[in-house]
Amino acid sequence: MNAPDPALARLIEQVAGAHEQRTQFDICGGGTKRFYGEKPVGVPLDVTSLSGITCYEPTELVVTARAGTPLVDLEAALQEHGQCLPFEPPRFGPAGTVGGMVAAGLSGPARASVGSVRDHVLGVTLLNGCGELLTFGGQVTKNVAGYDVSRLVVGSLGVLGVICDVSLKVLPTSVATATLSFEWDEGRALEALSGWAAQPLSINASAWHRGRLRVRLAGARAAVAAACARLGGERLETSAADAWWLSVRDQSAEFFSIGAENLARGEALWRLSVPAVTAALTLSGEQFIEWGGAQRWWRTTAQPAAVRDAAARAGGHATLIKGADRSLGVFAPLSAVLMRTHQALKQAFDPRRIFNPGRLYPGL
Amino acid sequence: MNTAVSAADSGAERAQRQRAVVAALAEVLPRAAILFRHEDTAAFECDALTAYRTSPMVVVLPETEAQVAAILKICHKMAVPVVARGAGTGLSGGATPHAAGVVLSLAKFNKMRIDPRSCTAIVQCGVRNLAISETAAPYGLYYAPDPSSQIACTIGGNVAENSGGVHCLKYGLTLHNVLQVRGFLVDGEAVEFGSQALDAPGLDLLSIIIGSEGMLAVTTEVTVKLIPKPLSARCIMASFQDIESAGAAVASVIAHGIIPAGLEMMDKAMTAAVDAFVHADYDLEAAAILLCESDGTPEEVEEEIGRMETVLNAAGASRIEVSRDEAQRLKFWSGRKNAFPASGGISPDYMCMDSTIPRKRLAEMLRAIQQMEGKYNLRCVNVFHAGDGNLHPLILFDAEDAAEMRRCELFGADILETSVRLGGTVTGEHGVGVEKLNSMCVQFSAAERAQFMGVKRAFDPLELLNPGKVIPTLHRCAEYGKMHVHRGALPFPELPRF
Repeated sequence: MNAPDPALARLIEQVAGAHEQRTQFDICGGGTKRFYGEKPVGVPLDVTSLSGITCYEPTELVVTARAGTPLVDLEAALQEHGQCLPFEPPRFGPAGTVGGMVAAGLSGPARASVGSVRDHVLGVTLLNGCGELLTFGGQVTKNVAGYDVSRLVVGSLGVLGVICDVSLKVLPTSVATATLSFEWDEGRALEALSGWAAQPLSINASAWHRGRLRVRLAGARAAVAAACARLGGERLETSAADAWWLSVRDQSAEFFSIGAENLARGEALWRLSVPAVTAALTLSGEQFIEWGGAQRWWRTTAQPAAVRDAAARAGGHATLIKGADRSLGVFAPLSAVLMRTHQALKQAFDPRRIFNPGRLYPGL
Repeated sequence: MNTAVSAADSGAERAQRQRAVVAALAEVLPRAAILFRHEDTAAFECDALTAYRTSPMVVVLPETEAQVAAILKICHKMAVPVVARGAGTGLSGGATPHAAGVVLSLAKFNKMRIDPRSCTAIVQCGVRNLAISETAAPYGLYYAPDPSSQIACTIGGNVAENSGGVHCLKYGLTLHNVLQVRGFLVDGEAVEFGSQALDAPGLDLLSIIIGSEGMLAVTTEVTVKLIPKPLSARCIMASFQDIESAGAAVASVIAHGIIPAGLEMMDKAMTAAVDAFVHADYDLEAAAILLCESDGTPEEVEEEIGRMETVLNAAGASRIEVSRDEAQRLKFWSGRKNAFPASGGISPDYMCMDSTIPRKRLAEMLRAIQQMEGKYNLRCVNVFHAGDGNLHPLILFDAEDAAEMRRCELFGADILETSVRLGGTVTGEHGVGVEKLNSMCVQFSAAERAQFMGVKRAFDPLELLNPGKVIPTLHRCAEYGKMHVHRGALPFPELPRF
């Protein structure tokens, strides 16, 4: 292995020191997703000094970047070559990093059609709890050498180690897009989405909110034109539509921010991940549906147990994003057997629990 | 090394142990579902990596999940290794039995249920890959990953190996097409990874189960995604007069923002072998041919085929033929899909390699392989999933000739090490199994291998599920390293020195 660069060397030193001093670290990138997951605890471990794109070959459809690279910088570099991160990771501000994107594992509007962050990670270099720098996966799309640790790290919220660099599969930006709008109630929208899912229609994203379904098509010009003709609806003006999808992607749309007053009266923002064909859920409050029905955001004052129950009955799970009583846990509780496996994996990667203790689940 | 292995050292002890294990299993299985006489277990001695054979102590053929759980509980209690097995089509020895272990054949788990509304299928692990698409066809749906063995291989095996196929550049691997895996941990406890939704809470264990080669859990049921069958598909066969320009054409297609449904390359030796086998109408004069497929709506395909033709012509294609109809398209593919059996037709044996390299290194890799042919005095024919840089060089040899077999192994190891050096990996889709244990020493550091072992023990502390696969021991890597240092001194006089 090559001698690590100074920023990495400092990081390794800090982690090595943690062993003796029993320090616990709160791994920090741009700090844009502090609200997500259980409460961060520990001494901040800043990884933003690990920055920069280390390898980008557009013809390979692969980019490798260090964890502290701002996501906006990475996306700008891809855009120069007509490529993108097709899963549209949400950016909660300009400071968000590539490492944070992977650690949180959140994907945007196109997720149902193109796959998630996890699906596009090809390799990671990870600093484990023993201070060892380990590389898993690589820079090629087909790679089954050893267990797929690079994808296990996606969404792990830092509990397995410090993500140091990441290789991602990227794709060409779609040649053509169009957004169609339909004035439909929830039932009709869900029914239509489920019918369309079984047809080759180039649907790239969908969102239903307050009686209006928006569908984004993407692909070859001919395919988008054909789908527009098939689906009907009102075609929205491109720049307005793009701006609207951005507000969904980055969760800057008004729906996603709950004012202090509403928080005070017990309103919370939940993300329910359910099978797309799940019938309309009946919780109190307001809903925003994405991913062809598979992601349902709720602003509700319902009891956490009621929200979790609604998701579980549909075969999914609910995550508390903002507000409400977090003492009952942010993520859906795991079965006993899965929690034991989580604990054993934590033990394998970070035996002294120095990284992000409790950020994913209390005690982990 | 666990106690089960040492107990099997002597024949008498093995027989005694076998009786004890069979007796315990007979408590939970009908006698007909337990095989232990050599003539009954012989068929399970190897998978498609036939050069490696081990006679298993016992083979069991359960039919229900309850039986699988009971078998695992017994084996766990008695510290008996368990090797799960689907159709046995794996090419890396992932299902090679353990001499002191039980082969858990899951062939009888062959039921499935298609849910056209949710575009999913709930499939028992022993269902064949192609059977899923056949059953889903009336709904206009199919299961995308299509490994060459899809007519025989099972979905359980696909999950174990994270199988790909010729269309995974556009449609992804098994990982990208599976929502949930149900099965059992080594102690027989039922477990579910993933969910019927697009994600599940906690760590993404589904990611680590898929491709874990049966070492972390036993899969009994898989929920797969089905996708709408493309309305149309057409395939271009493009000829190139030299390998360099074929390799450059592959990079150029991608650089132009095109993601073909399939992008395959065959060299001249391969097309000759294949054409003699299935008459696929390949250009036998070309140094290399590319198969480049577009699928989607008819309008989309027309547009994309046009763009592909332009790029391939600009890249120096000497001949381009676009499939006129479905029959011709399938004919183009029939050659590619029969590359392995065709190689069997021109040589007593062949060894199939499976490394992946960055696309831009394809031509360089092919030249290196040509040089190795001279070095090891063996022929090699080449088929590539060129679109994703996954190589399948087939080294031709005669297994009856021990020296040739040895040279073949060195040839293969050389290809894998060259792939790692070029920035790739030792296995793109066939898995490590037993075949590529040595090569894992090259690709991963001792700390990385130890971390893999840590993952293994997190699921299976006693190392009973498919032990000895994927992760080489420190000792093995030390020996392999030594062999390399002293390669010139190895007793293979027929090898040229370098």
